[in-house]
Amino acid sequence: MSEWVRKSQQSISRQKVKVDTLRKPKREQSLWWMYLPALLVVSIFILYPFINGIRVSFTDWNGFSQTKNWVGIEQYVRMFQDPTTWLVVKNTLLYGIGSTILQNVIGLLYALLLNQSIRFKAVTRTIVYLPVIISPLVMGYIWYFFFAFQNGALNDAFLLFGLDKINALGNPDLNPWIIVFVNTYQFVGIAMIIYLAGLQSISKDFYEAAVIDGASAFQKFKNITLPLLMPAITINMVLNIIGGLKLFDVILALTGGGPGNASQSMSTYMYSLYFDRQDAGYAATQGVLMAFIILILSLLALVYFKRKEVDA
Amino acid sequence: MKGKKNKRGWTTLAIVISLLHLVPFYILITTSLKANNDFSSKWLLPTEWRWDNFTSAWENASLGTAFFNTTVITAVAAALLIVFGSLAAYPLARMNTKLNKFIYFLFIAIMIIPPLTALVPLYQMVVDMGLMNTRLVAVLNNLAAFLPLTIFLYAGFIRSTIPKELEEAAKIDGAGTLMIFFRIVFPLLKPITATVLIISCVFIWNDYQFAIFFLQDKEVQTLTVALSSFFGQNLSQLNLVAAAALMSMLPMTILFLFLQKYFVAGLSSGSVKG
Repeated sequence: MSEWVRKSQQSISRQKVKVDTLRKPKREQSLWWMYLPALLVVSIFILYPFINGIRVSFTDWNGFSQTKNWVGIEQYVRMFQDPTTWLVVKNTLLYGIGSTILQNVIGLLYALLLNQSIRFKAVTRTIVYLPVIISPLVMGYIWYFFFAFQNGALNDAFLLFGLDKINALGNPDLNPWIIVFVNTYQFVGIAMIIYLAGLQSISKDFYEAAVIDGASAFQKFKNITLPLLMPAITINMVLNIIGGLKLFDVILALTGGGPGNASQSMSTYMYSLYFDRQDAGYAATQGVLMAFIILILSLLALVYFKRKEVDA
Repeated sequence: MKGKKNKRGWTTLAIVISLLHLVPFYILITTSLKANNDFSSKWLLPTEWRWDNFTSAWENASLGTAFFNTTVITAVAAALLIVFGSLAAYPLARMNTKLNKFIYFLFIAIMIIPPLTALVPLYQMVVDMGLMNTRLVAVLNNLAAFLPLTIFLYAGFIRSTIPKELEEAAKIDGAGTLMIFFRIVFPLLKPITATVLIISCVFIWNDYQFAIFFLQDKEVQTLTVALSSFFGQNLSQLNLVAAAALMSMLPMTILFLFLQKYFVAGLSSGSVKG
């Protein structure tokens, strides 16, 4: 038996020597043909349209005619003078930043709660996470039943308590916040799960040492939990910002972007410019602005939170 | 003693949170079972349980066709995603040439671009290719949208868990790269394949952004498109819309309840290490 083990070990080490001598003189291959199919699909359906979109943004194209007139930066001038642009950018930032803050704060609180040994924690985790797997469109409809003016669940409850009905979805000051709320409700489960995993990876030794030093619960949280959670915070911030800035389905389901353009995001505005108003060139310009904003914000978030991470 | 009391308090809080999170589902279910002329409070159970709402919604919203289309698109796109994604990740994780480093960076950079920003030229391209209202275009768009994430997940897994020695031993035996990949590497990727499969199935099943642009014909409509047009036509029959919505989310909900640990494991493994 041991004879056999020794022999096989010898043969393995001999093989290793052989591999090393074989590999050294040969240049490392790229094996590029293995990623060629993936590269082609991504290039044709994302990269090429993206670059082409920048080209279209300098034209007055209406989306169907054969002629595209080069108009230089006219669409960009128009975009910066269009008051709707600023409304839509403001909404998009509200959706992105508002739901990022809410999802992270609530997600972290839920994770702290469920990280203790309490009963029902598995059930609670399942219930909080469940909306993540439902289509945002369906989620929008579900909350439509809740917020609808006529016979909506919220107004039914208001009536019960003798309060006046409110037109939550038709109120331009209120409905962007409802969209933030619904988006948070739907995706807070992701933040919670990532924070839970982060919390579970922190060694108990740190807390025991802190207890010996007489640290309070808040000090433990501030000096141990938070710094060691930084990788989880980074990924959550970036995921949620990207998700929030791209919001589309849930807006169409809840408010359709209205009343007027009051709850429109950049993606729904672009959609209506292109399909309702045949303003393709201008829609492409809005697309460029949207990509630019998402790129800048996610890079900022990434760099900012990466710098705060400590080695654990 | 104090600890026990605290614990009871936290358990109560967890129960309250669970109940609050269930409210929208409760409203959805009761709405879907009420008669159309039942304007009783949404919080009350139906006086008359209308199970036939589900059959009428199924027929009126053509959910049968929509279920078929959604299933085909999701299955084909997810299968291609796994083959193309794992194949692409292998050299990008293993062969550190300058070209590969650049290509990997390119895939990661594409992950940040929201596919929708290129909607205008994409739409035109799909029209020019004659792919409008085909299931193929939904497959390709979803494939393109999720390939970068898939490659990222696979490459991370190959780098951190698959020992190089295995492949080198096989190489000495004279096995070709493809054979080594499919015989030795791919079976070891099972855990991450499960993650990719589950995440991508959920997102592709729920896709609306691509489907609404490219799948307008009734024959090729997916569930989300069928649902949104049904909603548009039936604002006065929200009970049927609720029934249709409930049916459309059922498959993924069941999948989630049975495979929950993979959902959770996938999220945390892909993210905490960052």
